[in-house]
Amino acid sequence: MITNTVLVLVLPFVMFLFLGLAGVKMPRKTAGVLGVAGMLVTTVLAYWVAIDYFVNHPQHEQIIANVDWLNFTPRLVARMGVLIDPISAMMLVVISTVSLMVHLYSLGYMCDHHGHAEKGFQRYYSFLALFTFSMLGLVVATNIFQMFIFFEMVGLSSYLLIGFYYSLPAANHANKKAFIVTRLADLFFLLGIMILTFSTGTFDFDALVGLGNMDASQKAVGTMDGLNFMGIPAVGWALVFIFIGGAGKSAMYPLHIWLPDAMEGPTPVSALIHAATMVVAGVFLIARMFPLYVLVPMAMNVVAVVGAFTAFYAAAVACVQSDIKRALAFSTISQIAFMMTSLAVSADGGKLLGGHEAGLGYMASMFHLFTHAMFKALLFLCAGAIIHAVHSNENDQMHGLHKYMPITSIAFLIGCLAIAGIPPFAGFFSKDEILVACYERGLGWGLWMSMVAGMTAFYMFRIYYLIFFWKKHEVHTEHEPADQPWTMTLPLIILATISCVAGFVPFGKFVTYNGAPLETHINWTVAGTSVGIALVGIALATWLYFKENPKPERMKNAMSGLWTAAYRRFYMDELYQFITHKIIFQGICKPIAWFDRIFIDGFFNKLADLTGNASFAIRRVQGGNTQSYAFVYLLGALLLAAITGVVIVMI
Amino acid sequence: MEIFSNILIYFVIVPLLTIGGLALTSNKGIKAIRAVAVAGASVLMVLAIWLVMIFLRERGAGNQADMILTGSWMWYEPLNVKLALGVDGVSVVMILLSAFIVFAGVFASWKMNPLPKQFFLWFFLLSTGVFGFFISIDLFTMFMFYEVALIPMYLLIGVWGSGNKNYSAMKLTLMLMGGSAFLMLGIIGIYFHSSADGQLTMNILEIAKNNAIPASWQMWLFPLTFIGFGVLGAMFPFHTWSPDGHASAPTAVSMLHAGVLMKLGGYGCFRIAIFLMPAAAQSIGWIFLLLTGISIVYGAFSACVQTDLKYINAYSSVSHCGMVLFAILMFNHTAMTGAVLQMLSHGLMTALFFALIGMIYGRTHTRDIREMGGMMHIMPYLGVGYVIAGLASLGLPGLSGFAAEMTIFFGSFQHPDMFHRVLTVAATCSIVITAVYILRVVAKLLFGVVQDEHHRSLTDATWEERLSTATLILAVVAIGCFPNFFIDIIRDSFNPIVDALQALKM
Repeated sequence: MITNTVLVLVLPFVMFLFLGLAGVKMPRKTAGVLGVAGMLVTTVLAYWVAIDYFVNHPQHEQIIANVDWLNFTPRLVARMGVLIDPISAMMLVVISTVSLMVHLYSLGYMCDHHGHAEKGFQRYYSFLALFTFSMLGLVVATNIFQMFIFFEMVGLSSYLLIGFYYSLPAANHANKKAFIVTRLADLFFLLGIMILTFSTGTFDFDALVGLGNMDASQKAVGTMDGLNFMGIPAVGWALVFIFIGGAGKSAMYPLHIWLPDAMEGPTPVSALIHAATMVVAGVFLIARMFPLYVLVPMAMNVVAVVGAFTAFYAAAVACVQSDIKRALAFSTISQIAFMMTSLAVSADGGKLLGGHEAGLGYMASMFHLFTHAMFKALLFLCAGAIIHAVHSNENDQMHGLHKYMPITSIAFLIGCLAIAGIPPFAGFFSKDEILVACYERGLGWGLWMSMVAGMTAFYMFRIYYLIFFWKKHEVHTEHEPADQPWTMTLPLIILATISCVAGFVPFGKFVTYNGAPLETHINWTVAGTSVGIALVGIALATWLYFKENPKPERMKNAMSGLWTAAYRRFYMDELYQFITHKIIFQGICKPIAWFDRIFIDGFFNKLADLTGNASFAIRRVQGGNTQSYAFVYLLGALLLAAITGVVIVMI
Repeated sequence: MEIFSNILIYFVIVPLLTIGGLALTSNKGIKAIRAVAVAGASVLMVLAIWLVMIFLRERGAGNQADMILTGSWMWYEPLNVKLALGVDGVSVVMILLSAFIVFAGVFASWKMNPLPKQFFLWFFLLSTGVFGFFISIDLFTMFMFYEVALIPMYLLIGVWGSGNKNYSAMKLTLMLMGGSAFLMLGIIGIYFHSSADGQLTMNILEIAKNNAIPASWQMWLFPLTFIGFGVLGAMFPFHTWSPDGHASAPTAVSMLHAGVLMKLGGYGCFRIAIFLMPAAAQSIGWIFLLLTGISIVYGAFSACVQTDLKYINAYSSVSHCGMVLFAILMFNHTAMTGAVLQMLSHGLMTALFFALIGMIYGRTHTRDIREMGGMMHIMPYLGVGYVIAGLASLGLPGLSGFAAEMTIFFGSFQHPDMFHRVLTVAATCSIVITAVYILRVVAKLLFGVVQDEHHRSLTDATWEERLSTATLILAVVAIGCFPNFFIDIIRDSFNPIVDALQALKM
């Protein structure tokens, strides 16, 4: 099993090197087909590992293999290895599935209308392989340092892929922004690791958190007992900082600002990286460290509050966006926040909540991660097909596409139903369990998240109607929009099918915080309420957006202030712009550079000038002129004689 | 003679022979000049790799001596000055680094014009000084080789440089000479307190063993030597020679200077300043820690607003070299090992940067990022190389910068004192600022649209440019992927220093 897992990692990496170095020498399509073939083998292997694990290891123990990579001290060793446990096996399946779909889809998407592959096709597949490698490496990480390394690596692949069209200023700007914002978050992640390892002296997850019980975590927290900084325990600082690291990748407020801009990348990339896999890395990180967070209620509360607020904020912004990819991006932020919140509400005051269903929130979060990856990838790939057909991201260029693109339309509808939480689609089951976990923590949490669930249904159907209905489509392009070639349609059908049935996977049997199976029952009170709210949201969207009517416009005018604020994402980008440009660039960097030139450099230049001038001034002393030597000599002699005379007289 | 059986002496002899060979060539015969230069650089490279193997074999065979391959030959009896040679893990890797950079530097200055013969002559004289410095363990010899490395710099910049080259060459030489004046004073002071019982010595190992420098003198000698070397290591506020000097220097000289010569500073700081004056290092090291901490952040912020490619890298070097000195002052194995890794990493990636900048400048005749854009379309090889150098600089895992910086951060944070830990956190912030200025340049220079239509006709790298950069990239990747190989060589070399510092605490 270890060998297979290592192969799952090595294969994409080899693909990256091969396509990156030799890709330019081969025809574009060949490189693409090779990429897909490599990914297919990787997927088969990943499934094999997962099935092998769940079938042959019913105790769900952790399987670990390590090699030493960087010995900081003889005790503190950064290792590279693979760790297979329920969540990493599940993630292997999710990542390889979505990645394979995206690889296949890109064969069609990255071509122009004559079916010719775009320039840089080889580079595109090479980077996709690099991303897949990094993401797989992240989920099988055996220690927090390896996790950090792969956090950086997925950041890099994301940077490279967002900037795939590197001539476009927008893409160029977006990838820089994404990298720097996530780097800032990673800085906190790093500081968190430094604090955590300062007294525990280990990076390894089996020593820090273990599996199945709290013993390891209790010991780890114990070693940090009594360490405080500014009145807050060190372990609290460490875990909050690590959460900030996760929040950067998972686009939690206020570090979410890079994600909407990241939509400048090719749409399949958005589906893979910025919807299904990389953005859940933060959730995965918190899940990995879950026992530690349970023991530190302060950190857990931070996660819960940030998660709950982000869910609402992003949903509110998503309600008014006109660019379909941006709307989907905010929907992604909101859904990831659901997962975060779900993790965080499953414990309170250092103990797990929920009696015999303890750890339900953890399980629900992972379940939602799984289903969300499928239906959100589906939605993005549909969006890609639409964009490919109409050459625009704006929904006012779309409208009425149902007639032209029936398969895409149905697939998109399935995605919407799944995310809205309508039974029997995948999202219903996972979201229901999240809501149960929230109500367990407190009525306020439950009601808040139910409200956001209602908003989710509303904004998804708003997009759906504006794309596929609203009014008759006006053909702007030379071709009529139509369903795309099979390479693009097949992934849609597969993902739509998964979105229909994934909810019936008995997830609690496989993935729980302690490896012991968790029997879950649908809580019909909660489920009934949430479905009711979702239906209200859908009904509202239908009333407003199904057919062209002046109501949305009137509503927009009635609350124009709020509408504009939401459309401008509550001015978060402007705020960042102000901080980075006005304060950091103009207020810190420029003055420092000026100070360096004027003062420091000026000081040394002045010193040199002074020396030069002084030597110029005294050069006459050694002028070589005999008369002046004689004159000065005579003057000195006379002066000396005079002094001697005066001294003698005085005596 | 016995001296010739020591491999170390060949690191000085080979460059000198190369100089002799170059002197025999005619100024017109560019092929012969290149052949001699390549031969000299290749032999040095082979020697350096061989030295690493010897070192590993010795350590493998259980030779735990602080210095191996030691030898000492009387040079000037009255002052007891000897030609004393010896290497530990740190010097071995520094020699390896120098050999790589000399090798890459020769290929990067393939089309050097005018006076190629004289250029290579001075170039190899500079290398003689560098190698000589790393193999010596006698203060006098070290100082002599240090000066040998500095002087050719003046001519190399003054004659083959660009822009405001006279000013820069003068500034660089004067400031470094100012540093070596401090150093000279320090060395004389150390010499007169080198032994408690009569026989004065210049040998570092003996001085350290005698441990006879009184604490009151250490308080004077430590700052003198630390600042003396700190000037070369671009420590704030003595760094201002670096931006102008690098901007005017020809490509290979920038490579060698930033790649190796600035490392002499860091190397000297711990080998002389801290090793010989541990008590002072312990009590007033914090002042310099503060200065180097400032260097790290200050250099990074300054780099953010520069528009000249070489200025950006010069300020970036201030930041990265600041990290070297910063880590050395943490006085524990991990941080100091990180400092050496950072020297390797910074040496290689800055050499790579300067090589690439030189190649781009040779084509576009501008280094102003505002006048360039979309270079990735025009010269993909150089573009990819630049991105790799940039990623190494901002500390991407798998490249050398990451391993070095992480070792420094984790090592420094292990320091029991809160002051040191807080400073470490401040220094860690530089990883974000570094990302800002690196990505800014990459976006401006390589991505986007082509700014100048004349640039469209430019060509990509030639074979010797590819060879030069590929060598450096491979080395950067090797350190980034297999840091433990280097850490094993380096780490134990710090036993004597750390022991001496620990003994003081008792």
